[in-house]
Amino acid sequence: MTQHAREDAFDHELKLLLDAIYHRYQHDFRHYALASLRRRVSQAMQRFGCRSVSQLQDRILHEPEVFAQTLEYFTVQVSEMFRDPDYFRALRAEVVPFLRTYPSVKLWIAGCSTGEEVISLAIVLDEEDVLDRSLIYATDINPKALGVAKAGVYPIARMAQFSASYLAAGGTRSLSDYYHAAYGSAIFDRSLRQRVLYADHSLATDAVFSEVHFVSCRNVLIYFDRELQNRALGVFHEALVHRGYLGLGSRESLRFSALAASLEELPGRQRLYRKR
Amino acid sequence: MSAKQPMHAGRSIEAVAVGASSGGIDALTLLLQALPPSFVPALLLVMHIPASNEGLLVEVLAPHCALPVREAFDKDSVVPGTVYVAPPGYHLLVEPARTLALSVDEPVNFCRPSIDVLFESAAYAYREALLGIVLTGANEDGARGLDAIRRAGGLAWVQQPSTSVSPVMPESALRYAGADRILALSEMATELARFVRP
Ligand SMILES: C[S@@+](CC[C@H](N)C(=O)[O-])C[C@H]1O[C@@H](n2cnc3c(N)ncnc32)[C@H](O)[C@@H]1O
Repeated sequence: MTQHAREDAFDHELKLLLDAIYHRYQHDFRHYALASLRRRVSQAMQRFGCRSVSQLQDRILHEPEVFAQTLEYFTVQVSEMFRDPDYFRALRAEVVPFLRTYPSVKLWIAGCSTGEEVISLAIVLDEEDVLDRSLIYATDINPKALGVAKAGVYPIARMAQFSASYLAAGGTRSLSDYYHAAYGSAIFDRSLRQRVLYADHSLATDAVFSEVHFVSCRNVLIYFDRELQNRALGVFHEALVHRGYLGLGSRESLRFSALAASLEELPGRQRLYRKR
Repeated sequence: MSAKQPMHAGRSIEAVAVGASSGGIDALTLLLQALPPSFVPALLLVMHIPASNEGLLVEVLAPHCALPVREAFDKDSVVPGTVYVAPPGYHLLVEPARTLALSVDEPVNFCRPSIDVLFESAAYAYREALLGIVLTGANEDGARGLDAIRRAGGLAWVQQPSTSVSPVMPESALRYAGADRILALSEMATELARFVRP
């Protein structure tokens, strides 16, 4: 087979694989952005010693534990605390005052991965005295990541970077006030996670589950094609209360979305939107 | 066509993917300065800089270039004669449908954006209509990607290591992938500027 024929076969078999996964496991990756998926499926092929995507498909379909492991390749578990510090500054300045006007508020972190963003948001809410009246839904489709998020334990080596970002984000204390160190780990205070509900929820297949005042969905939509982006944005729009806020990743926007007219973008570069 | 434009080697180049690291700003400035407004290919650019340097590259490079210089935006269509710069903290990839894609996948070779990630996706998307260029740099990013470009039938140019501020990256690209041309920057600028509308 020539190089090009091999590549055509790759894309063809990849489509079949995504169909098969959907029918066998109800995980829908059929509308994910292909460029990075190709790369990660190639890595999964290497990991499981498969020479073709169809060989990988055979193993995924017949060995559920192989599927569970390949989920680590179909989803990208990369996160940090206070990623883009200016975003969290903007939350303090813009969103918190809005939340304060309610006796109780609900917030939703969609695609929370291993929970770094949840801790970051909880810290902001705590410092602004609104954590007590908040309920945070933290959702993802990766059960392993949700497990890490629930535990709230991270390698201590990551704290230097997180704490620099925390301060850049306008943190008023010291990040180390929120965790204790043990055996090379930073164990975050249970009180930060007391107001959090962790749940399995897919932006590709599941519907709205609650009304919320704020949705943060960062660095998830870049992994979707436009159609799936629109689906997810539709779910957020439906979930938001009147004048509720939506926050996206620093390189995501509503530019290609049908919902651009129903959400206004706040000035600045923070990718914060408000329901009209 | 090959007589008039010897660098094409009988092919039309639709996109040029460029990777640069330490010493890269000056090198890129020199290359971009040489490009006339009639330059045809799209230019996709990964330069290693810390994630905190928001918008810096576009700001620094745009004044030296006759072509529009933009930060790459997720799902944008690739427009010919436009320079796209990978945003700091994100990998830049390109789809066969000629649209850009960003990702926050793990760093590759400790880098995000990574040159390998751009090159491998571009090789897949453009095949022989791609030229890959590895410039000065102090790490080994770009070597595997350049190999992918060559295997897909694309062209590979590497900055002459002895004239690079940091020779490690060009050297490792040459070792791992080889190249169609090894060029000093000024030569490379002249050759690149030939990809113009006839
Ligand atoms: C790159 S992480 C982003 C983590 C975090 N929001 C941040 O910005 O640091 C992307 C996350 O999206 C999740 N994800 C992927 N597809 C999803 C879907 N259909 N529904 C919900 N979450 C999804 C992945 O499992 C992964 O945890």
